[in-house]
Amino acid sequence: MPKVKEAWGSRIGLILAMAGNAVGLGNFLRFPVQAIRNGGGAFIIPYLVSFLLMGLPLLWIEWSMGRYGGVKGNHSTPFIFGSMSKKRLWKYVGVFGIFTNLGIISYYTYIESWTLSYTFKSIAQSFSGLSRHQVSAAFDTYAGVHSPAAGHLVAVNFPVWAIVAFLITLTINIYILSKGLSGGVEKVAKIAMPLLLLFGVFLAIRAITLGATGVAGCATCNSHLGLDFLWKPKFNNLANPKVWLAAAGQIFFTLSVGMGTIHCYAAYVKKNEDIALNAMTAGWMNEFVEIVLGAAIVIPIAVGYMGIDWVKENASFMMAFKTMPFLFSQWGPILATLSGIAWFGLLFFAGITSSLAMGTPFMAFVEDEFGWGRKKSAVILGLIILILALPTIFFFEIGVFNEYDYWTGTVSLVIFATAEVILFSWIFGMDKGWKEITRGSDIRVPTIYKFIIKWITPVFILVIFISAMIKPLHGELVDWQLAFNQLLTHGTWPWASDSIISQVFHLNEKIIWFKQGAATPMFYKDMSRLLLLSTFLGLSFMVHLASKKRKLTAKSHIS
Amino acid sequence: MSTSALIFMVLVQGSVTLITVYFFVKVLKTPKKPDSDEDEE
Repeated sequence: MPKVKEAWGSRIGLILAMAGNAVGLGNFLRFPVQAIRNGGGAFIIPYLVSFLLMGLPLLWIEWSMGRYGGVKGNHSTPFIFGSMSKKRLWKYVGVFGIFTNLGIISYYTYIESWTLSYTFKSIAQSFSGLSRHQVSAAFDTYAGVHSPAAGHLVAVNFPVWAIVAFLITLTINIYILSKGLSGGVEKVAKIAMPLLLLFGVFLAIRAITLGATGVAGCATCNSHLGLDFLWKPKFNNLANPKVWLAAAGQIFFTLSVGMGTIHCYAAYVKKNEDIALNAMTAGWMNEFVEIVLGAAIVIPIAVGYMGIDWVKENASFMMAFKTMPFLFSQWGPILATLSGIAWFGLLFFAGITSSLAMGTPFMAFVEDEFGWGRKKSAVILGLIILILALPTIFFFEIGVFNEYDYWTGTVSLVIFATAEVILFSWIFGMDKGWKEITRGSDIRVPTIYKFIIKWITPVFILVIFISAMIKPLHGELVDWQLAFNQLLTHGTWPWASDSIISQVFHLNEKIIWFKQGAATPMFYKDMSRLLLLSTFLGLSFMVHLASKKRKLTAKSHIS
Repeated sequence: MSTSALIFMVLVQGSVTLITVYFFVKVLKTPKKPDSDEDEE
């Protein structure tokens, strides 16, 4: 059994670190955008149902798997999974719990560095007096984005200051990780989470009290109309599978389930310590940040100045950088500066508490299996992140960034969650699993969850997984019906371009790697896929070596 | 803002806030268990 070098300093520290892991940029940017794109008030009900039937069960599963593995000296998912089933395959399935984090942290640290830069830009009042288009163009300049000079030619992005900010952000992350769980991650969570809440409450109050802004020629420029759109219940949309899939998907991302970070953090919880109440507290804290604060900032403020139609058309992740600084500047220099600091500071804290969590599984793995020290593990992690991140920075504009997000931030999560719920409920067994969830519990977990975890949650996730694999064009209820009709009559399927099958085989596009002697965007995207695949295979090989090492150690102990 | 939206918002946000505070207070009020890290299996 590997020697345990890490431990949590306090229960509150653990909960704040877990909540910090879950609370990310998505709480403030992805959730409101998803809600807007899926009918506003119609989105909230499927979202809450998904939280209760899939989110909470997955939290309990991951916390208990982590503690179960940790008690046996395993702090990374390959060997946590390995301790729950004798079949070797599960160790390799567990590789997803390290791979996903390496993939996501690479581009996530880059976004985190934007928030850090923009906090300082806000302090320096860099956006003062700029028009909306100038603020938007300032971001393009910062990220080195420009249009390709001609057709297929690929524009390489080389944003010097963005790279400097990225390196600083990466160094901060690696330094904190090198200080360990209680000395680094936990200390940061204890400072970052309260500040994040403070900044969030400040901005939410400002947004809710904004009301009609009196922008000339804009009758719908009123923050209350934004809130109205987000919260007006539209029950007729509940039959739309697209809304349900989007809501379930959001629950996945927001709780950071299916990643391996929760397992890793929970692996340092002692055998008879509570996990049921801890998981509930961290999970609901994330929901508070998302539903109460996340829904009350971006959309109401944007509707207040741009109108409801503009927001419906343009709501996106990039609004955080391309639009919000302009909107804050409408409040005068002092409030604009304070709001800019609060907004980008909040995003930075949300980002860093998540990226620290994503760095931990790799470190736990190499510390457990290869006996590396904390500093060595952290530095090597930093180098891996750097290697993986550079393509997302240099080829940001042609979509390498999105490629990483799709494969590691979307597909891997669903594969991993599907596998872990089957392993926990059906292979490890629900009776043993229930004992793990309730052991040392400080709350009574409703027994209905024994049934939900065994039957409802796996079906829920399988439906999401299969739907993501074979999603038809547009994905509305009527499109699914038409797709099945087409399959029965013509034997073909109208693949959506973002379905997994379509993405793997490039079904909706011609495979052209070179044109007129130059590499096409598809070439760079496919190379980034190859890089990610190599990372997965490399990690699998490390797991293979670690298994061999463990066997040899066990043999030498016997002899 | 319409009445139905206001009611729905207050109901959902109020419930989420109360539940979050309830669990957080429960964590703070629950006494620490004595250390018992030995493996029983």
